[in-house]
Amino acid sequence: MGDTAMISVNNLRVSFGSGANAVQAVDGVSFSVGQGETYGLVGESGCGKSTILRALCGLNPNWSGDVVIGGETMLPLRTRSFYRRVQMVFQDPYGSLHPRHTVNTTLSEPLAIHGMGDADARIARVLVEVGLGPAFRYRYPHQLSGGQRQRLAIARALILEPQVLLLDEPTSALDVSVQAEILNLLVDLRARLGLTCILVSHDLAVVAHMCDRLAVMNAGRVMEELPVAALEDDSASHPYTRQLLAASLGYDRRLATGAVEDIDG
Amino acid sequence: MTETPQLQVEDLHVRFRTPQRIVHAVRGVTFQVGREKVGIVGESGSGKSQTGRAILKLTPPNGTVTAKRLQFQELDIAAASERAMLKVRGRRISMIMQDPKHALDPVMRVGAQIAEAIPADQKLSAAERRERVMAMLEAVHIRNPARVHELYPHEVSGGMGQRVMIAMMLMAEPDLLIADEPTSALDVTVRMQVLAILDDLVTRRGLGLIFISHDLNLVATFCDRVLIMYAGRIVEECAAAELADAKHPYTRGLLASLPRIGSRHQKLAVLNRDPAWLDG
Repeated sequence: MGDTAMISVNNLRVSFGSGANAVQAVDGVSFSVGQGETYGLVGESGCGKSTILRALCGLNPNWSGDVVIGGETMLPLRTRSFYRRVQMVFQDPYGSLHPRHTVNTTLSEPLAIHGMGDADARIARVLVEVGLGPAFRYRYPHQLSGGQRQRLAIARALILEPQVLLLDEPTSALDVSVQAEILNLLVDLRARLGLTCILVSHDLAVVAHMCDRLAVMNAGRVMEELPVAALEDDSASHPYTRQLLAASLGYDRRLATGAVEDIDG
Repeated sequence: MTETPQLQVEDLHVRFRTPQRIVHAVRGVTFQVGREKVGIVGESGSGKSQTGRAILKLTPPNGTVTAKRLQFQELDIAAASERAMLKVRGRRISMIMQDPKHALDPVMRVGAQIAEAIPADQKLSAAERRERVMAMLEAVHIRNPARVHELYPHEVSGGMGQRVMIAMMLMAEPDLLIADEPTSALDVTVRMQVLAILDDLVTRRGLGLIFISHDLNLVATFCDRVLIMYAGRIVEECAAAELADAKHPYTRGLLASLPRIGSRHQKLAVLNRDPAWLDG
C-alpha cells in the first residue's frame, strides 16, 4: 500500500428501486486504496462490486456515503476534470466501443471533450503504449479481435492521462491466452504510469495475480478484507472466501451441496 | 468403455462459404463418446462449438458438413433427413446453449417453456404436465418451483435461467447431452450446482455428455476425458486428470498462461503460436 490514500470510501450505500421493490445493492462498504496500489473487489454477480465502480466513476449518481478521490470529496455530480482523472475500462469490449467509429474517432473524442490539444501525437503514442501500433488507427471495431478491442478500450481510458483506472472485469470476455496478454499489459502500464487501480473480478486467480489487497464481497457487503498474501499462504479464514477459493480450483462436488442453501429459488 | 459408444465421429469437416473465401472451421475431427463426460476445450474460433452443432445438424445454412462417419446409436446422422433429425433433437440428443438470456423465449413463462419440451406423443393432462415441470424444476435445485414456474425469463437470474434451460433439455430424457459453455455465465457456487446436476445424470442415468468449455481447470476436474482443439483440429486427447501433464505445446502454452494464486506481479507466459500446430 502506498503512503497516502488515493481513494477512500466510507459507508458507501447504493440502492435501486423504491418501496417494497428496493434492493440495497451496496450496503455500507468502506475501503481505501493507496497511491499506486491495485485493489481487488471479488465476488459473484449481483454482489455489488460493479455497482461500487459505477458509483465511484460517476455513472450512477444515486449513492450515499463519503467518497474521497485524490483528496477531493465527491459529490453525486462530477466535474469535467474529475472524468479526466478517473477512467474506466468495461467488461465487454464488444459493447463498450461504438461500432461505427474508427479507432481514431474513438480516441479523438475524449481529447476533444476535455480540450486536450496535440491529438495526433497523443493518439499515435497511446496506440503504441497499448501494443496496437499505428496500423490500427483507421480500423473499425469489427476489424479487431476481442483482445485488440480491449487494448483499444484501455487506450481510450489512458489517453486522458488519468491517475485512477477502474477495471470492471477487463478480461472475463477473453480467451485465457489473450487474457494473459492484457494482464501483462495492465501490469506494465500501471508500473510505468503510476496508476492507482481498482480491479473488479469474479476470478480469484486474476485478482490474486494483479493486486496486493482485496475485499471479498457478498450481497452488497464486504465479507472480509485481506492481503493477497493470505490467499497465497492459504490462511484466509472467512468461510465465504474459502468457498470461492475452493471453487477457483475447479469442480468440487462438496461445494455444490454446501452452496444450495445460499441461492434464492 | 466396454459397450459400443453412443456417438462415433470420424473425420468430421465443417466448411463455411463466405463472400471472400471458404472458412474451414472443423478439419477432420475424430472421437467417440460413451456414457461418460467428454470435455472439448479450445479458444474461441477453434471449432469446438461447430463440432457440437454438426452433431445435431444445426450448422448454419452457409455451412456444409462432411464426415466419414457420424453415427449416434443406430442412426446415421450424416445421412439422416431433416424429418428424422426432428425425432432426435431435444429428445435423444439435447443441447444446452451458452446464454439462457438468448435461448429462452422472452415472452413465454418459464413453466410453459419447459412443458413445451415434453414430447407431444406423451398424452398428458394439463395437471400432469405441470406436475412433471415442477418435479424437473426441483430436480435442478430450484427452491421455489411454484414461483419460478410463473416467471418470465427476464425475471430470473443468470444462474436460474441456466438451470431452467437444463430442466427443459432433460424433460425428454435424452441419451446424449451437448453442453456448450453451460456454466461460463454463472457464478462459482451456482456453477458447482449445475455441474453436480450434470454429473448425477451421467452416473445415475447413463447419459453421455459432451462438455464444451474454454476453462481448463474446470474441464480437468469435471470431465473424464478431454479433447483439446486448435484451429479446427484435435491436437491432443488425454484423460482429464492428466491434463496438467499434457504434451502438446499448445496445451502447455494455454496452461502456462493461466494466472494463479501465487503468481502475483509476475509476467504471464504468452502463447507463441507455431504454424506447425495447424497440421499437428
